[in-house]
Amino acid sequence: MPIRWLPYALIAPAALFLGVLFVIPLVQTGALAFQVHDAWALGNFTRMTGDLNFADALRNSFQLVLVAVPVQLCLAMGMAMMLRHLQRGRAIVLWVWSIPLGISDLAAGLVWLTILTDQGYLNSVLFHLGVIAAPEGWLTYETPFALFMAVAIAEIWRATAIVLLILVAGVQMLPKEYGEAAAVFGASPWQAFTKVTLPLLRPSIQSALILRTVLAFEAFAVVMALGGRNFPVLVSEAYAWKHFNQDTGVAAAYALVIMAISVAATLVFLRLLRTPVEQQT
Amino acid sequence: MTLRRGIFLSGIGVISAWVLLPIWLIAASAVGGQGQISAWPKPLWPAGGTLDGLASFLAIEGVWKATANSVAVALLTMAMAILLGAPAGYALARFNFRGANLFRVLVLMTRAFPVAILALPLTVSFIRFGVYDTAFGVALMHTTLALPFAVLVSASLFQAIPRELEEAAWVFGCTRWQAAMRVVLPLALPGIVATAIFAFVISWNEVFAASVLTVRNRTLTAYLLAVLSESPMHLQFAGGFLLIVPSVLFIFLVRKHLFAMWGIANR
Repeated sequence: MPIRWLPYALIAPAALFLGVLFVIPLVQTGALAFQVHDAWALGNFTRMTGDLNFADALRNSFQLVLVAVPVQLCLAMGMAMMLRHLQRGRAIVLWVWSIPLGISDLAAGLVWLTILTDQGYLNSVLFHLGVIAAPEGWLTYETPFALFMAVAIAEIWRATAIVLLILVAGVQMLPKEYGEAAAVFGASPWQAFTKVTLPLLRPSIQSALILRTVLAFEAFAVVMALGGRNFPVLVSEAYAWKHFNQDTGVAAAYALVIMAISVAATLVFLRLLRTPVEQQT
Repeated sequence: MTLRRGIFLSGIGVISAWVLLPIWLIAASAVGGQGQISAWPKPLWPAGGTLDGLASFLAIEGVWKATANSVAVALLTMAMAILLGAPAGYALARFNFRGANLFRVLVLMTRAFPVAILALPLTVSFIRFGVYDTAFGVALMHTTLALPFAVLVSASLFQAIPRELEEAAWVFGCTRWQAAMRVVLPLALPGIVATAIFAFVISWNEVFAASVLTVRNRTLTAYLLAVLSESPMHLQFAGGFLLIVPSVLFIFLVRKHLFAMWGIANR
């Protein structure tokens, strides 16, 4: 019977690859972060937390996630519900709405830079409307709130599409009868949505939230394109320590912080939004 | 009723504009050249498209090379992700074997970890093994991002193909290998092509790992990030536009498979 070893032979290349290029680097990052000059020490972490930008980076990253992710979820939910009621042209609308899925965060940052830069389109429109008389700066360190909004808008513009796709995939699997039953028993559309659709979409909402939160903590090029280092986030600091200071140790410490936050966020969502046993199929 | 319908349709129009207008504006900035960038206030309907902006961007030394590097890295990533991922997906779909769940967990786990944590130590080991600053090295890193996706999606593709078809081929004298190649693979091919395209896009769009793993042989994203602070605006916009074009094209090509892929890969 050659069958017994066959599946192992089939997964071996992939498993080996992930072992060498995923598990080993993971361990090595830990070693890099906790070592200074080949001796075990916490020096990298004290240097990281002692850095002026650390507190800002941590706060900015959290603010970005706390603003962008909920907006993305609500927006995508609204879009998914609109698609449900669209009879003709559904495919084309869905395609248009999922275009940003293929756009990198660097490109998204540059896209919004064309709009928000001093001589950009937003200022031009405001000028034509008579709101401003001369170019207004939105992306400087003197306008932290506007800069934050710019980054958040670019993130929302780019990444709502992923949430939308996950939710639409979830909506397609809902049995139509549930909605009809709710209507028969006199539920208003809003009641049917909150009492029937939302609870049934819980698994989709959960995976969308996990994916988006992890990826939003990784957002970095969009920030670099729009604000440079005026708006530090955790990953841009890791990049700066590696790239400008040639200090892999501190960069690795940042990477560990990002990983800890990602894993914690994943566990929180798994626990908060777990599917009740009676709903599992 | 017609009023509600009107509000509904204009809502769809507003969201579509929110998605498309920024792309139109960067396209206009990219082809408009320096004149369009420095114009103030800008005409709301960009005047006359010349390809000056794009042409001058492509004329810069290093841009072509970076673009070629990006394509090479993405093609390598695509090939490795499919060649390693499709057999593993087939194994998960067709066999019940001890360790299958462990493997699945390893694959799923990769998604929870940030790129930074993988890329940083690789700079050290890549120098040691002589693949630092090469397209192949970046592709190795990108494959760790694309491979989990390729495994999970191809597993679901193979699961959707009835086992009976394969068994019938065995009855008619095909070996396991022949049956897989002649019966299963052709049926799974459209999905596998779509997965490959996605692997390409994942690699094409990746910034962090490409930036720390290259110095001279930069990919387009790494190049753009490196010159971000020192290059004039119109070149940045041309670069951004160049980044977007293939992505949008690819999303169009795989539009039929979007759900199958994202619905499954993110369960």
